[in-house]
Amino acid sequence: MSGARQATPHPPQTAAAGPAGSARAGAATPPLDVAALREQFPILRRRVHGKPLIYLDNAATTQKPQVVLDAEMRFYTEFCSNVHRGVHDLSGRATAAFESARGKIRRHLGAADDREIVFVRGATEGINLVAHAYGRAHVGENDEIVVSAMEHHSNIVPWQMLCEEKGARLRVIPINDAGELILEEYEKLLGPRTRMVALVHQSNSLGTVNPVKKMIAMAHAAGARVLVDGAQALAHHAVDVQDLDADFYVLSGHKVYAPTGIGALYGKADLLREMPPYQGGGDMILSVTFEKTTYNQIPHKFEAGTPNVAGAIGLGAALEFVSGVGLERIAAHEAAVLEHATRALAGLPRVRLIGTARDKASVVSFVVEGIHPHDIGTILDGEGIALRTGHHCTQPVMERYGVPATVRASLALYNTREEIDALVAGLRKVIEVLG
Amino acid sequence: MRPELRELYQDVILDHGKRPRNFRRLEGATHHAEGFNPLCGDRVRLDLRVEDDRIADAAFQGQGCAISTASASMMTETVKGLSLEEARELFQRFHSQVTGQAGNAEADDLGKLEVFAGVQEYPARVKCAILVWHTLLSALEKKPETVSTE
Repeated sequence: MSGARQATPHPPQTAAAGPAGSARAGAATPPLDVAALREQFPILRRRVHGKPLIYLDNAATTQKPQVVLDAEMRFYTEFCSNVHRGVHDLSGRATAAFESARGKIRRHLGAADDREIVFVRGATEGINLVAHAYGRAHVGENDEIVVSAMEHHSNIVPWQMLCEEKGARLRVIPINDAGELILEEYEKLLGPRTRMVALVHQSNSLGTVNPVKKMIAMAHAAGARVLVDGAQALAHHAVDVQDLDADFYVLSGHKVYAPTGIGALYGKADLLREMPPYQGGGDMILSVTFEKTTYNQIPHKFEAGTPNVAGAIGLGAALEFVSGVGLERIAAHEAAVLEHATRALAGLPRVRLIGTARDKASVVSFVVEGIHPHDIGTILDGEGIALRTGHHCTQPVMERYGVPATVRASLALYNTREEIDALVAGLRKVIEVLG
Repeated sequence: MRPELRELYQDVILDHGKRPRNFRRLEGATHHAEGFNPLCGDRVRLDLRVEDDRIADAAFQGQGCAISTASASMMTETVKGLSLEEARELFQRFHSQVTGQAGNAEADDLGKLEVFAGVQEYPARVKCAILVWHTLLSALEKKPETVSTE
């Protein structure tokens, strides 16, 4: 692979330069030129077991376009240095690129101020940060934290740990058979003891897109704060944290075409300011003596230690790439492929779709009667098809549907109807072999 | 289908995966243990009846993929009549085979369990084949807690 392709001297204006990126969002939104976009992802040229790679595991992680790889490489080859410290030239450039990436995330999320963007390792760390720094200060004995039945384990366990420590209660919003949250039940759960609602924007195992704006308003009416887990949503929807009125919004870079190990937490500035630090160390302090340490301003107060500078720069490049292609066009393309997949899979014998919400995106989860998902995954792998089998870190969802695991195909902007057709042909083979 | 896959999903394995033998609760069991693979959700409950240091009967229940179900089915068939020592030794040989550490001589000793040799090409699936065997060891040691392959 050509990870070391010649770096361009300036960040590209829009990553999807060329035919795919030429149209800006507007009245006319021509469809994606998927073939041209695929060219920008080096890994998609790979063959697996002698077959062209068909990558349908995007809810686990997305592949990276060349512009993101170049952005990371440029940091290491041109101005690798630590940030916020040195007076030398490289450190200045590294700091500027790092902070510029923060600005790109702020713009992408529609936040008001760069200082509301905290770099973290990913959505999981973002949730842990809020549970630790905000939760410990505001959740007490007999208080309640509300999560939904479709949360990823990462948006369950940190709150459980907090509840255990504080003697608080975890309440769960149930889902209906289609995989939609039951809002009447949610309303009943909200009350004077509710301190926090932790809610996934888009489910990783069902694909359900939750009505978070409405649910945030309901929580606020009850006096609770809301954290939205945007790990899945960000690659598929335009997100505006101010319009949503989210108190906290977390994301993982690697699920939106950026490198692994980088993510961000958005928090309203007034909330972040009054929160105690998360970890102690360098960069999060203004002054240190053995008697007293004064903490730095937000967001640096939450960024102890040398951050993932290259990753942050890569994340900035990835978000530029996505907005260059246009989220509306991405969403329309993925919706068309998803509809094709849903129809084709539902037409197969013994296939049961898990998650049929009215509002869903980019994920189709299913089981085949009498055949375990792991056997399906292994045989499809032999066809060069990468998808996920298992509980997808959502064991309560599996329990709700009475299945130990599902097969999940999850889409990104580079997936095509032809790839879905190959998946369906592969599944026919699976059924033939395993009966 | 790729030859490696055919090697993994041999007819014997498919047959035991679909129609597992000794798939029941064992009345009068003297030993039992539960195995769980948190990665894929496979669960197995193994019951043994041990008489005079020999496994007189073995049965299992649970849910899992074709590989883990076939492994449990064939293991319960194979260990019947073995002494506890022989069963432990068989575990070692089976383990060596599916993890690709066996010499040919050892694999020859495995008899019909040799059909699991194809698993070694699939590191992600070794746990499926080995789960019930770890559960066997646990049952023999009379450990009450659930064993995990993680």
